[in-house]
Amino acid sequence: MSDPSLHLTDLSYFPGCSLESSARESNISLMEAAGILGLNLIELEDWNCCGSSSANILDKEIAFSLAVRNLSLAPAHRPLMAMCPRCLYHLREAHQRLAREPETLRAQERRWGRPISLDLKIIHFLEVLVRLGPARLHQGLVRNLNGLKFVPYYGCTLFRPPSLRQGTYYQGELGNVLTMLGGEPLTRALTHRCCGSFLSAARADVVTPLVNEILASAVAVGAECLVTSCAMCQLNLEIRCTWDPRLPVFHFSEILALALGAEDYEGWFTRHLVDPRPLLAARKLIA
Amino acid sequence: MNPPKAALKLWSADNRIVLAEQDRFLARDIQRLSGTNLNRCYHCRSCGNACPFIRGMDYPPNAIIRLVQYGLRRQALESHTIWICVGCHTCSVQCPMGIDIAAIMATLRRLALEEGAMIAETNILDFHREVLHSIKQYGRAHKLGIMLRYKARVHQWFADLDVGLRMLAKRKMDLKASRVQAIDEITRLFIPHWKR
Repeated sequence: MSDPSLHLTDLSYFPGCSLESSARESNISLMEAAGILGLNLIELEDWNCCGSSSANILDKEIAFSLAVRNLSLAPAHRPLMAMCPRCLYHLREAHQRLAREPETLRAQERRWGRPISLDLKIIHFLEVLVRLGPARLHQGLVRNLNGLKFVPYYGCTLFRPPSLRQGTYYQGELGNVLTMLGGEPLTRALTHRCCGSFLSAARADVVTPLVNEILASAVAVGAECLVTSCAMCQLNLEIRCTWDPRLPVFHFSEILALALGAEDYEGWFTRHLVDPRPLLAARKLIA
Repeated sequence: MNPPKAALKLWSADNRIVLAEQDRFLARDIQRLSGTNLNRCYHCRSCGNACPFIRGMDYPPNAIIRLVQYGLRRQALESHTIWICVGCHTCSVQCPMGIDIAAIMATLRRLALEEGAMIAETNILDFHREVLHSIKQYGRAHKLGIMLRYKARVHQWFADLDVGLRMLAKRKMDLKASRVQAIDEITRLFIPHWKR
């Protein structure tokens, strides 16, 4: 399975608007975890929004060009890694279109005045972890998760849209990785149900029952928390839940970094709207 | 912008099929523009069963396909359903005939905007406009700016005020926008080529 052309030491990193602002704790903990695992994440110089759902709805061409500008900034010799599933989706979709339409590729190269490589690998952080292999994770394990019962919540985008379903399938790996670190995944909840995405802003009345449903399913299987791969899901699950008591919702990178022994977790967890510290303290994962 | 009351309006009086109003090329157009074959749909309703947003829709997804098949252009383009759909692709995955229903919704949204159809969910459209405005200005989405401008546009200052304040308190929304340095590269995208 290992692709010899893919060197996993230096990676271009595309944070995206959410990880840059509202989900900064995910960004920081990701950097931390990557450092412990020996990955060198080099933030894409002067990146811009990936195109987002909104731009794609209003003007597909502008959205496409936005995604392509990022591709034109990425050096071809190292893979481009994204953390946000939606960013991954838009970047990959644009890349696939460039491969299909050589005239569009040339026009975009002229527009940005930079070459765009069709060989550029665009991957998700989860894929990087799986390719690194279990040995490296075991090596870094400092805090065993002590059977922390979590629901691996993937949301709707990671690996689901048709353009992301080409190539190797990494479904289920979020649970596998955390199992290796001592967690206990509960997969019989609504792990792939959409969180409501941008409707959370304009139609909260539609999103609230949906989020409650997802959290209720997690409670029903006996979960103590949810771990999500998407920053927007994390936010929606926290702000739109009207249930009590609320389950903490973690970014995947936070739990990973915690297990790998990161120490500055205080700064991440204070940014949560549902305080996860009592749970972690009860599990003796933090002081 | 209240959610539509009846889940299924297919049988209501204003949805009578007037043969003279039918657009016989609609199905073909949507098929070509979306790149998916909607003639394969046999209306098993798996899409609607799976859709997380069905409660906010006026037509279930397969009924939108039906409208397109019948050539009922106005009803399809003016439906709430196409705007409530966020493109989570649950229906596309569930469809036993492999129809990319999310792509059909995206195509209908595009047509509705291009043709100036009456938009059923103006709040959602306004939100998208503010996101795009933020991207034009900064190259990135600035959440606080988007929400403030959106609230001003829809005059709903007090809806979600508690959530907004909690997010501000947790520093989930930055006061200052993160910007792209080479912003002229971005703003140029928004100017038609003959004006540049």
